[in-house]
Amino acid sequence: MSGPRETAEHFLPRQLPLGEVSAQVLDIPTDFGRYRRAWWPLFGCGCLLLGLFVAAVSVLLWQGVGVWGNNMPVAWGFAILNYMWWLGIGHAGTFISALLLLLDRPWRNSLNRMAELMTLMAVVCAGIYPILHLGRPWLFYWTAPYPDTRGLWPQLKSPTAWDFFAVLGYLVVSLLFAYVGALPDFAAARDRAAKRPYRIFYGLLALGWRGAASQWAHWRRTYRFIALLAVPLVFAVSSSYSFLLDLAPETGWHSTVYPPYFVAGAVFSGFAMVSVIAVALRRFFQWQLLITPAHLDRLGLLLLASGWMTGYGYLVDPFIAFYSGEPHEIDVTVARLTGPMAWSFWLAVLLNLVVLQALWWPAVRRNGKALLAIAVGVLVGMWCERFMLLIQPATRDYLASSWRGYSPTFWDWALFAGTFGLFLTPFSLFMRLLPMVSTFEVKAVLHRYRGENDG
Amino acid sequence: MDRLPLDYAAIRRRLEGQGGPRYWRCLEQLADEPAFAAFVAAEFPGVAPDMDRRRFLQLMGASLALAGLAGCGGPPEQGVPYVVAPERVVPGEARWYATAVTLGGYAQPVLGCTHVGRPTKLEGNPQHPASQGAATAFTQAEILRLYDPDRSQAPRYLGRETTWEAFGRAAAELAAGLDARAGQGLHVLLGASSSPTLQRQLDALQARWPQARLYRFEPWEGQAYAAAERAFGRPLELRPRFERAEWVVSFEDDWLGPGPHQLAQARAWSERKRRAAHGEGEARLLVLESQPSPTGAKAAERRRIEPARLRVQVRALAAALGAGEAPPLPEAERRWIERLAGGLLARRGRCLITVGAYTPLDVQAAVHWLNQRLGNLGRTLELSAPVLCLEAGGRPLADLPALVAAMGAGEVDTLLILDSNPVYGAPGGLDFRAALERVPLRIHAGPYYDETAAHCHWHLSLAHALDGWGDARAADGSVCLMQPLVRPFYSCRSPTEILALLQGEQSPDGQALVRRTWRALDEAAWREALERGYLEGTAFSPLALSAAPPAWQDDAPAAAGLNVCMRPDPCVWDGRFANLGWLQELPKPISKLTWDNVIGLSPALGERLGIANGDRVRVSVAGASVEGPAWVTPGQADATLSLFAGYGRRRAGRVGNDLGYDLAPLRSAEQPWLRTGAELVRLESHTRLATTQPHHVPPAREPIRSLPRDEAYRERPPAEPKPTFRAPSPPRDVTWGMVIDLEQCIGCNACVVACQAENNVPVVGKEQVGLGRSMHWLRVDHYYSGDPAAPRSAFQPVPCMHCEQAPCESGCPVNATLHGPDGLNEQIYNRCIGTRTCASYCPYKVRRFNWFDWTGGDPPAIQAQRNPNVTVRSRGVMEKCTYCVQRISAARIAARAEGRPIADGEVQTACQQSCPTQAIVFGDLGDPDARVNRERHTRRHYALLEELNTRPKTTYLGLVEQPPRDGDEP
Repeated sequence: MSGPRETAEHFLPRQLPLGEVSAQVLDIPTDFGRYRRAWWPLFGCGCLLLGLFVAAVSVLLWQGVGVWGNNMPVAWGFAILNYMWWLGIGHAGTFISALLLLLDRPWRNSLNRMAELMTLMAVVCAGIYPILHLGRPWLFYWTAPYPDTRGLWPQLKSPTAWDFFAVLGYLVVSLLFAYVGALPDFAAARDRAAKRPYRIFYGLLALGWRGAASQWAHWRRTYRFIALLAVPLVFAVSSSYSFLLDLAPETGWHSTVYPPYFVAGAVFSGFAMVSVIAVALRRFFQWQLLITPAHLDRLGLLLLASGWMTGYGYLVDPFIAFYSGEPHEIDVTVARLTGPMAWSFWLAVLLNLVVLQALWWPAVRRNGKALLAIAVGVLVGMWCERFMLLIQPATRDYLASSWRGYSPTFWDWALFAGTFGLFLTPFSLFMRLLPMVSTFEVKAVLHRYRGENDG
Repeated sequence: MDRLPLDYAAIRRRLEGQGGPRYWRCLEQLADEPAFAAFVAAEFPGVAPDMDRRRFLQLMGASLALAGLAGCGGPPEQGVPYVVAPERVVPGEARWYATAVTLGGYAQPVLGCTHVGRPTKLEGNPQHPASQGAATAFTQAEILRLYDPDRSQAPRYLGRETTWEAFGRAAAELAAGLDARAGQGLHVLLGASSSPTLQRQLDALQARWPQARLYRFEPWEGQAYAAAERAFGRPLELRPRFERAEWVVSFEDDWLGPGPHQLAQARAWSERKRRAAHGEGEARLLVLESQPSPTGAKAAERRRIEPARLRVQVRALAAALGAGEAPPLPEAERRWIERLAGGLLARRGRCLITVGAYTPLDVQAAVHWLNQRLGNLGRTLELSAPVLCLEAGGRPLADLPALVAAMGAGEVDTLLILDSNPVYGAPGGLDFRAALERVPLRIHAGPYYDETAAHCHWHLSLAHALDGWGDARAADGSVCLMQPLVRPFYSCRSPTEILALLQGEQSPDGQALVRRTWRALDEAAWREALERGYLEGTAFSPLALSAAPPAWQDDAPAAAGLNVCMRPDPCVWDGRFANLGWLQELPKPISKLTWDNVIGLSPALGERLGIANGDRVRVSVAGASVEGPAWVTPGQADATLSLFAGYGRRRAGRVGNDLGYDLAPLRSAEQPWLRTGAELVRLESHTRLATTQPHHVPPAREPIRSLPRDEAYRERPPAEPKPTFRAPSPPRDVTWGMVIDLEQCIGCNACVVACQAENNVPVVGKEQVGLGRSMHWLRVDHYYSGDPAAPRSAFQPVPCMHCEQAPCESGCPVNATLHGPDGLNEQIYNRCIGTRTCASYCPYKVRRFNWFDWTGGDPPAIQAQRNPNVTVRSRGVMEKCTYCVQRISAARIAARAEGRPIADGEVQTACQQSCPTQAIVFGDLGDPDARVNRERHTRRHYALLEELNTRPKTTYLGLVEQPPRDGDEP
């Protein structure tokens, strides 16, 4: 690797002691007392929402998908919408970790662990939806290619069948990537842990990591190899779920702009989620030295850039509709802009495009609270965007006789809120137990930054 | 529900005291007792009386489950099967019996399909001219009524169940007393009936008890008989021959709409159109009406008129045809009428003027004269003896006001109400109920323990047409024999048996009573008639009579305020079908509303008063008022409100109770169909209405095409198929396809009910329909076009298109929907996991999803009604039209067994079979001579959403625009 990159301002304080990095991150689990007062409400909140999730799923499984607001033109409602939303969010973890690793952007090192763990849980939240969405969820495995005594096989022309591979592949790769990436940190935590239970816990997780040069060599190859696998997955998976809409002959769904539009949107919403988590953890663990305004600045820039890529979709999609001259395309688009669900389009434009422009100002990017507000806005805006793309066209089908509105029910909302419990509960446990910043990579960066010899 | 301590032992004792088949009766009877209700809730969760409607629909028929099916099933002992009589019951093989059901007294000849002794479906009797194999929605839904657990199941005295023996004893005593007084004090009120056996019994009754008084009451019959009497001097049956009428002018007459004559009339008119398409004359329909109707929707010209203007229009037409003076009319109207008269005169004997039975007598009588003037009598309009029983023992049956007067005068000691529900159906102005309370002994015989039954001492449970013996005349007068399809489920008696009981016969035998009427027939002829379903040669022959010239009543001075037009509901008629889920969930032909009746008002009026759909309004006329939800109805006359009967019932049964409003208060004895001077007030509240089609105006591309007549039938060169990415279709022996003629479709919904009955389509209830989860595999879309005040209407039945390049098939991840070897787009229920991708990808949105378990909780009784050849779908799977694949399979098996190909027309889908106008044709697209291909190369043939290149196998024949009339400005 080459020497330190010369930038106007480095993202880490030059004099940050390496021991301080370890202390700030690796000692948290064994010395959690100071965070306990803030942690319990977080965890409690997660558990409450998880309880709601369990209730919503129980009602759903007991009664059937009729408890939701889906109807005949809108056969896909909240379930697919939230699937797309969560899966999009999940994309940022891999993007930040893997792509920036391969592109040698070491500022990622303060953020990649939390992004990876966030990705993992977001993919779980997303992945649960296509199963719960089924009329007969207990048969979800029929979309898997497994040897079947009936000789049946999935119908691989269907984008719905691709979902199975997309989610499963993404989940496995994200898990591997996060886990392999954390091995040296588990070993360090094991070595620093004062109490035996922690030593056993981290010892098991560390898989006997000793820090030998041969282990490092294997590790580096493995880590980069998984990164190489993961990066195309980012594009494949978000394109795959855009095909759910793309391959339908439905007006408003059937558009070639969707795969890149969805990749951009996915990465955009993921960056927003990473920004939220970075700002939150920075404050929670007092990590001002590890996550500096320079990190926030870069996140802000990424958000701005990916936001514009998404915004391009907002411009192109209606333009193409009018340009086509196809009356039904135009009708659907006009309804999108002015109909009863126009709020979803305009809210998406407002939050994802208009408000976002504040990030042109460095002061805004470097301000944690401002960045947090904009990022939360983007998450809401991206949800609106999915609503606008998925549900609105379905309410205006080809035949006017099929037109019908859509309104989600209590159980739609309950399940959606519940997935935040599914996200938050394990995530707060990660905060409690796992090193949320990749300490060895941060140390390596610091080491290089100071121009110290690798020895 | 609050838990109550239960005396289980006592309840069990009570239940044990009664046999299996009575069990449900107890539930209903005792449901008001808290202890019993709690017991039911505990023992049979879901059958508790407080369950919601959807749950109930799911469980409809629970009674029979509880009863055990001991009484159900088993073929009728003496029935004679239609055509093919297997020697014994073969499981899996259907048996067909020819029989009939009645509507408004008129027989609707049917074939009843039974599987292992269980009736499952009614189809039209193909041999009878009044049916020719088709059947209306009402007729087909009778099968559901047969199984209705809310039907009355045993006689009651003072609301408590009793036995027929008890009534027999009471009747014998009564008969003895009546003998002494020559029948003085006995009054009998009959629902409309055409039964010759009943007629024979009534004659006998009148002879035995000369002082007895007989009445008839049919709430929505209209006054066609009275009008004929006024014109011709005697009540007559009108038999319009639409197949001969090149021009039909209709004044407020919805003769294509629901009613006892819908089938025959629609069939005849479709025949006329078919002939016109082949160049045999014209088929032009001109309608003047105040509220939209299927007839108006099919008219070449429809003029909106206020009901009060009707007489003026007819007078003007009469004047133009040479009778009397023309009343003053605006210039445009006058010219229109004159041109109309000119057109009619040019088609003497080939035209027809019809007038609604709810219009004033003088107008109807005048129209008879006009028809005579135009030489139509005997050609396009035949007259015959009346079909319904109008007299007994030479004395005409009196009407309901006469009975109310007699009751009020205290002349009535004993009142028998036979198959009528006047407490609900009588005009509110009569206050029938109050008068009824003054009668010392009231006996009600009806199929339900209804509003009238609840106010009578005795209630006698009336048998269903399908489980008792009887006879009735069809509209042409031919006698249809009604034989039971199944041994009676409940302890019921037919009307003839009840009349016999009343005359002291202890255990009358319905079959013997009917046989006695036809004792002139020998045994072989009788069996043959039973087999065929009707007696040949019993149709009335046309009479040659002449009509009196019009005698006009003076128009009442124009009253301020609105007109209130009252009509029977298109789906539940006068309320007799209120408890049938199929019909409640059937979308009304134009508004596509379900489960409710509304108050229709014109867009102009709605705009003026700021009323939107569903807003509650109050209509008041002369002190009486009715409240209901408003429905803005394009095409409605501006100052006219339309109200519909059949709702607001309190004792229809659990499906039909407490739906909608009851219009009876607004009906007066003199004006039961039209009130003037009404006021409309908007109330603050709102009713959620459930419609299957919220939007009726296509924005961009027309789903319905139309062509001028001279172009429509011309050849179109076959178009080169558009390129596609998908694999080409493999060669096939047979490729099934369907063509639907939109010009013929009258939106009557017969196909929808046929599909529901054939394919075990569940009823989901108002809430679910409102959410957009109706399950009908075949829907009839309705579209408006043109001016919102007076739009044109068009109907479009939409089943699955069975696309050759089906988007649903590529969407399904588990191969649950794919192409079959004969081109069907098949749905494999047990492979479906419910991703709903197929439905999302379907541009026609014909797929239906089981959002809940609509069927799983169904008890054995409802299973008994189901078609055993069609899978019952569970929760979470997709379903849709299969082109009645079970019928295709049956035909294929039969053909293969005989080593021959399937003949054209051998497979009839259920919708096709029931269609009164034969608008649906099904067959092999690969056979160039098949009927389905006959019009395929004409210009009016098109595929829905052709531009998507899905290559549907269901295609349409577009509407045919009539050429302008002679003298029309081009």
